[in-house]
Amino acid sequence: MADGTLTRPAVRRWPRAGGRGRRGEELTKLLFVLPAAVAMIALFGYPVVKNLLMSLQDYGLRTFFTGEAPFVGLANYSAMVKHQLFSQAMVNTGLFTLGSIAFQFAIGLGLALFFRRRFPLSGFLRSLLLLPWLLPLIVSSATWRSILEQDNGILNRTLMGLGLLDDPVPWLNSPSVALIAVIAVNVWIGIPFNVTLLYSGLSEIPDELYEAGQLDGATGWRAFAHITWPNLRAVASVVLMLGVVYTIKVLDIILGLTGGGPANATQTLATQSYERSFVDFKFGEGAALSNLLIALSFLFAIFYLRGTRRAVDE
Amino acid sequence: MTDSAVRRTVFSVLGVLILIVMLFPVYWMVNASLQPSGNTLTAGLLPLDPSFSGYRRALSEQGGHLVTSLIIATGTVVLSLAIATPCAYALSQFRSRWVSIGLLAILISQMIPGIVIANALYQAYEKLGLLNSIPGLILANCSSGIPFAILILRSFMLSLPPSLVEAARVDGAGLLRAFVAIVLPISKNSLITAGLFSFLFSWSDFLFALTLTTKDGVRPVTLGIYQYLGTQVQNWNAVMATAVLSAIPAVVLLVAAQKYIAAGAVGGAVK
Repeated sequence: MADGTLTRPAVRRWPRAGGRGRRGEELTKLLFVLPAAVAMIALFGYPVVKNLLMSLQDYGLRTFFTGEAPFVGLANYSAMVKHQLFSQAMVNTGLFTLGSIAFQFAIGLGLALFFRRRFPLSGFLRSLLLLPWLLPLIVSSATWRSILEQDNGILNRTLMGLGLLDDPVPWLNSPSVALIAVIAVNVWIGIPFNVTLLYSGLSEIPDELYEAGQLDGATGWRAFAHITWPNLRAVASVVLMLGVVYTIKVLDIILGLTGGGPANATQTLATQSYERSFVDFKFGEGAALSNLLIALSFLFAIFYLRGTRRAVDE
Repeated sequence: MTDSAVRRTVFSVLGVLILIVMLFPVYWMVNASLQPSGNTLTAGLLPLDPSFSGYRRALSEQGGHLVTSLIIATGTVVLSLAIATPCAYALSQFRSRWVSIGLLAILISQMIPGIVIANALYQAYEKLGLLNSIPGLILANCSSGIPFAILILRSFMLSLPPSLVEAARVDGAGLLRAFVAIVLPISKNSLITAGLFSFLFSWSDFLFALTLTTKDGVRPVTLGIYQYLGTQVQNWNAVMATAVLSAIPAVVLLVAAQKYIAAGAVGGAVK
């Protein structure tokens, strides 16, 4: 790559064709990027700007008939904060994200370490493990709904059959359990992704480090603490950051499992944003909520970037 | 058997047990789909007396939706690759300060929740007449396909030596011709990977289908399943049969392109 950087400008200084040919070349280069640039602006740039504008407007059902969306300042944001479900949605988003990430990561790391021990079938089993991650989320939601069904679901039947439960647990029908059940399903979906990334991180740690460690008596837990973890930290922080960014916006799973219920026990910022926009048709308030989601994601990303920079500086 | 051979066998057994636990829900989906209607959920652990009534019902009620999903996903693959491939090449080979700006833009785009895109596209589609249309959903699904494809393809194309294309250029081939004749054939495997993932993203899409359609006309199968779940579920066997049918692309991907998947997951996330 360094080679390319050195030779390329030199080539450019000796153009084969005249000025027109070089300009043609620049134009071709532009054409390579232009479609993607337009698509990225249409699919990401425009939505972000449009959401910012909508969040400052009285953008509702009436807008579609009259075409009018008067600017209302921060009224949508104050309506968002004053909404009776706002604090619950905030807490649920926090619990959902924290709970999902903690368990996905811990179990994912455990399994990645397990699969690093070279044993027959380990590669095959590891690739089969990816299946939950590849399934459409709504398929996973449907499947888990049948498993968690209160009266006839296989989970309650099994637990009661084993004598662990006297009465069936209303996994998705009780406000006190539903969030835990939704988190558990999301953990199941996220484990393969964590295993895959952490496994590839583990594979990049050179074996010599462990051999050298062994001479110094670093085996088992001590090898993990002194060799594995320090070398895995960069990958681990990427996995955690991506986990937060992906989890905070999860919508499909919650809509499929509980629809935000029972009694709003599983409402998050994402489900609230969806409901405000596409159920109540208050697009201004929906946009305010989704902007809050973006802001939270960026906040995490900035913390992450600062953290890694500090780690590099050390 | 030596000591270490015993240990390795124990690990294999343990690994199989872990997989059985992790994949039990998938097995249960298949098992439930083969039960007769009515007492689907009270089924035993094995479909000893398999019934295909769930599949008959699923195909008659959701068959059209499966075709819709197939069309949308295929369209997404074609459009995403057509747009992403030249850009990935540019980001891997051209020297410009715009390269890092472009990469940063792609990384930031990954943080933008789908609901933000849906909020805005709904307004635009309303005016453009793209609500309830297949092109509208294809375009929306490109929001997951394009950035991912660019990242995957670029991480592969970084390994292409510049001399490869320069040789052709010396022979008088234009940039575009060199790209089509040399870069594309060499990138076949990464194009397959990016295409498979774009297909799967689009096939799995639920949010855009939910928000950018308002009537029955265009309805992907994910939305079909959601509708099944919406009311008190009557026919679990049909729901599960539809779920199994919707899971086929994921299984095909896993079997056919196993070695590319881990590469895709890692390449798309880390690079």
